[in-house]
Amino acid sequence: MTDAANPEVLLFASTTQSFLEKEASLSRLRELHAAGIAFDPDWWRRAAELGWTSLLVPEELGGGSVSGDGVKDLAMVAELAGNTVAPGPLHPVSTVLAGLVEAPENHENTIESLVTGDVIASWAVYEPGRSWAPMNPGVTATSTDTGYRLDGVKDRVEAGADSGVLLVVANCEGAVQQFLVPTDAAGVRVEAQRSVDLVKSYARVHFEGVEIDASAVVGRPGQTADLISRQSQIAQILQCAEVVGILDAVLTFTIQWGFDRHSFGRPLGSYQVLKHRYADLKIWFEACRAATNAAVAEVAGRSPDAEMAVSVAKSYVGEYAPRMLQDCIQLHGGIGVTWEHDLHLFLRRVMLDRSMFGTPEDHNLRVYALTADARSA
Amino acid sequence: MTDTTTAPATTESVAEFAARARAWLAENMPRIDPESPPESDRGEEAPWLRARELQKTLYDGGFAGICFPREYGGLGLPIEYQRAFDEESKTYEMPVILNTPTFTICAATILDTGSEEQKKEHISGALRGDEVLVQLLSEPSGGSDLAGVITRADRAGDKWVINGAKTWSTSAFAADYGLMLARTDWDMPKHEGLTMFLVPINSPGITLRRIKQVNGSVEFCEEFFDNLELGDDAVVGEVNEGWHVASRQLYHERRAVGGGSEFASGIGAEGKTDVPIDWVELLSATGQADNERARERAGRAIVHRAVQERLIDHVYHGVLDGSLPPAAGSIIRITHAETHQVGFDTAVALTGDSAVVDGDDDLIRFGERYLSRQTAALGGGTTEIARNIIGERVLGFPREPAADRGVPFKQVKRNKS
Repeated sequence: MTDAANPEVLLFASTTQSFLEKEASLSRLRELHAAGIAFDPDWWRRAAELGWTSLLVPEELGGGSVSGDGVKDLAMVAELAGNTVAPGPLHPVSTVLAGLVEAPENHENTIESLVTGDVIASWAVYEPGRSWAPMNPGVTATSTDTGYRLDGVKDRVEAGADSGVLLVVANCEGAVQQFLVPTDAAGVRVEAQRSVDLVKSYARVHFEGVEIDASAVVGRPGQTADLISRQSQIAQILQCAEVVGILDAVLTFTIQWGFDRHSFGRPLGSYQVLKHRYADLKIWFEACRAATNAAVAEVAGRSPDAEMAVSVAKSYVGEYAPRMLQDCIQLHGGIGVTWEHDLHLFLRRVMLDRSMFGTPEDHNLRVYALTADARSA
Repeated sequence: MTDTTTAPATTESVAEFAARARAWLAENMPRIDPESPPESDRGEEAPWLRARELQKTLYDGGFAGICFPREYGGLGLPIEYQRAFDEESKTYEMPVILNTPTFTICAATILDTGSEEQKKEHISGALRGDEVLVQLLSEPSGGSDLAGVITRADRAGDKWVINGAKTWSTSAFAADYGLMLARTDWDMPKHEGLTMFLVPINSPGITLRRIKQVNGSVEFCEEFFDNLELGDDAVVGEVNEGWHVASRQLYHERRAVGGGSEFASGIGAEGKTDVPIDWVELLSATGQADNERARERAGRAIVHRAVQERLIDHVYHGVLDGSLPPAAGSIIRITHAETHQVGFDTAVALTGDSAVVDGDDDLIRFGERYLSRQTAALGGGTTEIARNIIGERVLGFPREPAADRGVPFKQVKRNKS
């Protein structure tokens, strides 16, 4: 995962890791949940100071990465965050930044405030009652004298209630366009939504005649498909990387349990039927890691095969990770289904990552379509 | 690892070597369409004669045994040269059926454990196209418990006398020599009384029978030994150290199955049934090109195949950089089988009744392939044994108690007859 030859990357990795262990532990997660808080804004500012928010941002816009490969570094942060199911808006902020840095005109200040961690942003792409279809928005943007008027409803907006600004996908007189909309604009109403995760919060956002300036538009109309594609890929590899981090942590303690727990005078892991189950977990874990690493590399290199590689990873990781978590719960026995045990904290996040930004089934369809397209091309 | 790839015997760069190979291949080897390679049924005689002929051409042209040492007829070059040659030779007919087991398992093991004479005779014999080598390991009495073989080699004067039976030997009918594991000391525990012999297949005292598989293939053979006589020169390694030799074979076999052997030359398919399923064509042939359910299932099969390719690469580099132990090669062995199974299951689901009654559209071939679904999970060691290896040698879990450990083999309970 990390480039062992680069001491700066190693330092970045170890600083990130110790920050997460100290400030985003599983017990901290439970405290936040008990207090009904998604994350502490001041904690996020310190995470931003460590460099998490600058990885996708070029130096001229105030960003930079240690290895020179920001996508890879960001995936590493997501994986480490997965080890402790960390809270925080890493995914939505990174996704918005991935789009803005491709079309930064008029948005330099927003980019800067996202990099410092002072402002949180999120991608408003889902709509009520509809599954993953980023290029098919029902929210409308209508031209006015000074800019646009937005009408419609978005939902499943991660950290929507904590965001200062939303990147909204809308149908602008027949063309799909994205707009940067402050959440305190008149006509924006944010309604919290419950998720299966212990801390990640979502929101339904109503846009009722929201007037925005012409400068709120992100990119040219012809550019939108590429921006949405890039944002989707970033969101999806972050999910895969987070799940790899989760699986790494869960497998480590579940394998240890196989050595420590004794039944009928023998360690659990010495029974062939359980040993084979453990072997499968190891196989699927390495396969998840292999698929994720390949996807991260293709996205980092902006390869023409990036979309295929991401959908392959998202399908495979999404299909296997939840059942791997259920297997780990089964291997733990009754303790595995208690609130007290940490397994459910990991399972909750894995479910979220499985289903958001395209289910395995959605990505299987995409993989088939890309294969058929390549054949007829 | 073997010590063959250490000192390059040439100052020619990989690129120069590849350029020379490109020119030579164009002059000397037959061109093929890699999407539709010539059928090489391992159960027929003709493909073996053809492979020997092609191998001879490679040898005469100076492109045989790229990673085998020069003193045994090879070129003594590092794996990068072999990979470059594989790339150049993709569109040419290559003797790919000689790769496994002849080169990747048998010749590699002889190189590790054989005598100087055996290496000189058999490795160069194979590289010249004169010798096909096979493994005589499994027995009718048991497969996964390989060290429990009961074929016996008894001392009679200065000879060894072999009695017993071997099975599942790939293409033994076409072979010249086989590496045969026999029990030479019944008072020792299971692993300690074994010896490996190099047996001429056409010896008196060997009766060979073809095994017909469900798909009609007759590539595998069964051999019966009735007082077969061998000299001391047939022993590979030391007497009663046969398990060490067999372990090298298993090691080389797992690397070969994962596509990680430097001794394989040519990477093409062995025939049309070896080419991966074309899902777009299958959906079009079954009128389901626009059926969302069908597209989703086919997409999932494509995902599994893509992940297998990435996993092969991930495990190869993981073992190389030490982040995974060498035993992790068994991961690929299992996922290889499971990827096949996802493919076969999906094809049966998508072809439906067309796969069971022949409607003149050749879709019945998917039904027929399904009948042999488990082959990939059995051949080259079962997936159960591979899961034991991952559980015990990768994760470190203790072995199950074994009734035959540390016990003289003659006291070990065997099959009820």
